[in-house]
Amino acid sequence: MTSTPSLDVRGLAYAYPDGHQALFGVDLTIGRGERVALLGPNGAGKTTLVLHLNGILAAGAGSVTVAGLPVGKKHMAEIRRKVGIVFQDPDDQLFMPTVREDVAFGPASAGLRGAALDAVVERALEKVGMAGYADRPPHHLSFGQRRRVAVATVLATEPEILVLDEPSSNLDPASRRELADVLRSLDVTVLMVTHDLPYALELCPRSLVLSEGVIAADGPTREILSDEELMTRHRLELPFGFVPGSVA
Amino acid sequence: MGAGHAHKLYRRGDSPVHGLPPHTKLVAVLGFVLVVVTTPREAVWAFAGYAALLAAVAALARVPVGFLLRRLAIEVPFVAFALLMPFVVPGEQTTVLGVAVSVPGLWGAWNILAKGTLGVAASVLLAATTELRGLILGLQRLGLPSLLVQIASFMIRYGDVVTDEMRRMSIARRSRGFEARGVRHWGVLAKSAGALFIRSYERGERVHLAMVSRGYTGTMPLLDERPADRAQWAAALALPLAALPICLLALLG
Repeated sequence: MTSTPSLDVRGLAYAYPDGHQALFGVDLTIGRGERVALLGPNGAGKTTLVLHLNGILAAGAGSVTVAGLPVGKKHMAEIRRKVGIVFQDPDDQLFMPTVREDVAFGPASAGLRGAALDAVVERALEKVGMAGYADRPPHHLSFGQRRRVAVATVLATEPEILVLDEPSSNLDPASRRELADVLRSLDVTVLMVTHDLPYALELCPRSLVLSEGVIAADGPTREILSDEELMTRHRLELPFGFVPGSVA
Repeated sequence: MGAGHAHKLYRRGDSPVHGLPPHTKLVAVLGFVLVVVTTPREAVWAFAGYAALLAAVAALARVPVGFLLRRLAIEVPFVAFALLMPFVVPGEQTTVLGVAVSVPGLWGAWNILAKGTLGVAASVLLAATTELRGLILGLQRLGLPSLLVQIASFMIRYGDVVTDEMRRMSIARRSRGFEARGVRHWGVLAKSAGALFIRSYERGERVHLAMVSRGYTGTMPLLDERPADRAQWAAALALPLAALPICLLALLG
């Protein structure tokens, strides 16, 4: 089983009901335990791709396979448990009145109760350094804390792959670093959608570039960020003064 | 700190009343109110008895009298209506302090005032000793449809988020030199309200997406079960059960 990739996407194409085509045959494979960044300009189809990974959107053509399990109606509950998506706005992600209930939501939906549920919640909060905040309402937390709790809510279902949509957005530098520490400490496959290229370089050895609905590049993050011609072609720009080669 | 949904009606404490499971308290308050409204209005002494019972509960819950009285202010609009009744209800007339008033009107006003005040006071005590979240879970336990429970839970969770958004929109308006000064500016306020509605609607869609992604299939998992044992039921129902004989005596008398 160790050779089964966490995520395997083959020839994925999708057009929205209004006719706008967002994906034109996406192929990608992410091995177990890999941390991969998904880069691309606004409107490249990143969010559309993410929503296919747990079957919110159904593929027009092609297939998505998570740990050997095809994404489709038949295994939907299992797929949603295996693919943990952390959305960009933690206020959307954290919809229960307290942190504890929110983290418990996924495993409780899967039928877990009582002491086993408490233990899962406790463990998930510990992993993100938020144990001790279980009884707080989410809106009493700082933005960085809310983002980490959002990560805990999906870790609670012990996913095969963690999908993060713009994890560093709106975080102050300290919160950004704390989240990076948390992500590095996790033993889980990570797909990180981001515009924060230094963050991608810091956390993800490998990057994919999604542009105009196809995977335009796939390789080591440092090489991709150093390829000026590729970067310009896909509207990717490094922050002022940042040189990927000079970062250890 | 570490507060749940501490709202302004709730008063933190660890009294025996605070400790009762919410659904038992809900049943107790409903029972008490039913007993009170069944009591004939002429039995003035009975209402004094009910008030004494509530005072005992308040003392047990360590809710200060001042707090209780301030919260009772919610009743004022109904009091205004009750005060009109002696002047508008037709019937036998009498004179109070040199003013002609109707006797049925006076009884009507007393009826509304006494029963209304007791009902509101009981509700204020319930709210002061039970967290909002607990009340909703209590209603769920008592069989309130799951959909209504979910709507109420989301109101608690997103009330502050939406209020915050409203505040930011107001700051943005004022930063660009807008002050609402009269009817002419209502258009702008109406458009803001519309924009707020659309934003909240879109947030609702995003929240739903996040819920579905985490395995939501239409029902919320019921957590934090707080079943009540016999002693707790007995303690909660002591209030309506103590009120019942007063009511029976008044009905017979």
